[in-house]
Amino acid sequence: MNLLAQPVGLPHYLVVSAILFVCGVVCMATKRNMLGVLMGIELVLNGANLNFVAFGSPMLRAGPSDGLGLDGQLIALFVIVLAAAEAAVALAIALNFYHTHATVDVDRGEELKG
Amino acid sequence: MTELLTNILSPSWLAYAIAAAIQCALLLVVALASAAVFIWLERKVSARIQDRLGPTRVGGRFGWLQPPADGLKLLCKEDIIPAAADRLLFRVAPYISFCSAFCVFLALPFANGWVALRLDVGVFFILAVAGIEVFGVILGGYASGSKWSLYGAMREAAQVVSYEVPLALCVVVPVLLTGSMDLVEIGNRQAGWFTNWYVLHDPFTFVTFWVYATCAVASTNRAPFDLAEAESELVAGFLTEYSGFRWVIFFMAEYASMFVVSGLAAVLFLGGWNGPIPIAGLLHLGSDPDTATGFIANLLGLGNFLIKTVAGVTCVIWLRWTLPRLRIDQVMTTCLKYCVPLASAMLAGAVLWTYLCPGGLIARARHSLTIAAEQQHAPTQERK
Amino acid sequence: MEAINWHGFFFLFFAIVACAFAMAVVVADNIVRMACYLVVSLGAVAGLYFLAQAEFLGAVQLMVYVGGTMVLLVFGVMLTARGPLASMRTGGGQWIMAAIAGGALLAMLLQAAFSVSDWAAPKTIQEQAAVEGSPSARLGLGLMGVRVDQLEQPNLMLRRGMSGHLLAFEIISVHLVVVLVGAAYLARAKRRLDHKQAKDDQRP
Repeated sequence: MNLLAQPVGLPHYLVVSAILFVCGVVCMATKRNMLGVLMGIELVLNGANLNFVAFGSPMLRAGPSDGLGLDGQLIALFVIVLAAAEAAVALAIALNFYHTHATVDVDRGEELKG
Repeated sequence: MTELLTNILSPSWLAYAIAAAIQCALLLVVALASAAVFIWLERKVSARIQDRLGPTRVGGRFGWLQPPADGLKLLCKEDIIPAAADRLLFRVAPYISFCSAFCVFLALPFANGWVALRLDVGVFFILAVAGIEVFGVILGGYASGSKWSLYGAMREAAQVVSYEVPLALCVVVPVLLTGSMDLVEIGNRQAGWFTNWYVLHDPFTFVTFWVYATCAVASTNRAPFDLAEAESELVAGFLTEYSGFRWVIFFMAEYASMFVVSGLAAVLFLGGWNGPIPIAGLLHLGSDPDTATGFIANLLGLGNFLIKTVAGVTCVIWLRWTLPRLRIDQVMTTCLKYCVPLASAMLAGAVLWTYLCPGGLIARARHSLTIAAEQQHAPTQERK
Repeated sequence: MEAINWHGFFFLFFAIVACAFAMAVVVADNIVRMACYLVVSLGAVAGLYFLAQAEFLGAVQLMVYVGGTMVLLVFGVMLTARGPLASMRTGGGQWIMAAIAGGALLAMLLQAAFSVSDWAAPKTIQEQAAVEGSPSARLGLGLMGVRVDQLEQPNLMLRRGMSGHLLAFEIISVHLVVVLVGAAYLARAKRRLDHKQAKDDQRP
């Protein structure tokens, strides 16, 4: 139970964000469903966001003026907004793909092959 | 409470855990008790509107015990899951809806300072968490494995998500007038006589209140916006395959969210825990809730808040049994062609109002008259 | 075991939920279940934001990601998922390559996380960091171009560059409008390809 008595520091947040990031990358790499790839992208962006927030958090800093400060939260805010916009476009593309190919399997998108 | 428990129990983590559990249980009791009361209220109000009496047998002349009797009956029903259903999601869906409706109670203040979690971004948190309820609906509709459920769920999700936009725009107006998203701050700013309430602050906020009422009724899927549960069209929409206890959870989520939007309207527009006459101020009861007199003042405030909330819920119930149902295209037209432009125009108007007459209309008029009087005096003095 | 650091307890809870459900997204087969696991994972990340004292951002995450983007995703899943085609499996070889690449990336990131000594755990148990003014007010002012959090920055060069994020705010607003109009146009209903012809083109 010693684990619970120690204060939470920056490396803890960085580990969590690294795991999220890698899960997102593996998801993007292995899923055949286009929407699965999109979910991987969302995981990647969330991992990066968590990183920003951790660096900008006032309680995880060593000194009073180290770290990103408010910039961390603001950048994370911008990333969330941009990710939402990108998800909308990606879904529009996925719907387009579905309308033309009658499937969302990315392995079928090989008109430009060879 | 934590200190009291820490003195009694030796491991302090147990004291903290129990104190937190007691506070959560209290909040849960508020949510569930309000749902039970509103179920009874709905049956009575609907009965009176339809010129009959409603429950009169269970628990005396007024049928007080009808909701527990209903709950007991539903608990004893057979647990049916359709064969084509996705079992895990079917089981989980009602709890997602109820949890999100309940989490809103965390940030809703019941009196001055009496809020479970005083968040700096209270209003925003409430809107965000209330928007998660739609997941329970979508999952319930999909996981039922029947096309009627899916249609109902998709319609309801489209409706709720669309109405979140004008709802948020309406909510921004009181935030603008207060300068903070903290609900306790917004409520305290409306202290005094009822003329201080935001609904009477300026004509734009007055219209905003009615737009908020429309959007709130639409976002909780109550009539006339309840085509997702339309009994005559889709059997029961996404609730078709839900029976027994799971249906009870969905139902409680709906009533909890009715309480929440009504309570939010009370705090944002109707003065929250401030009554029409500032009795506590007149009796010099003081506003510090830690003292005995302040506690009594807060109890009065709690009574005010509950009266306003129950009145709001009664109006929502009244609407259900009076107005006919809207079609889905009429619902979306109302949202996109009426509510959103109106809410945006009211927001712009409220911004202009706070910019042009920051202290209110009377203060502004007085200010203009003073300037006019000074200008009249100045040329007279120059001539002299 | 007298006192538990509750902040650490809840951090552990949210972190484990976020990571476990993220891994469940990778492993799951059914696309709808993947979407549900992702929703839970993003909700746990919002909890982590609340714990890191970024309350406004936690609420934004809940509203935009969980309430908006995920609803969009689930709608997309419903529109494109068709019974047997709802689960498409990847070959074993691809899984192995992805696992190797992912593992290498994870090792590198973890090593980087623990390498900088300045980032090590703070010396005292977390206390409420004293914040002057309301944090969301400071965020709002930052978006309007006034940086009230770095007023005591001694370096003149750096202070000149701190003009707030007004330009970024405006650019992102316009960007959102453009993107949403474009997405709506892209996703409009067109005449669909003959499904029989599409089936003939598919490999057995």
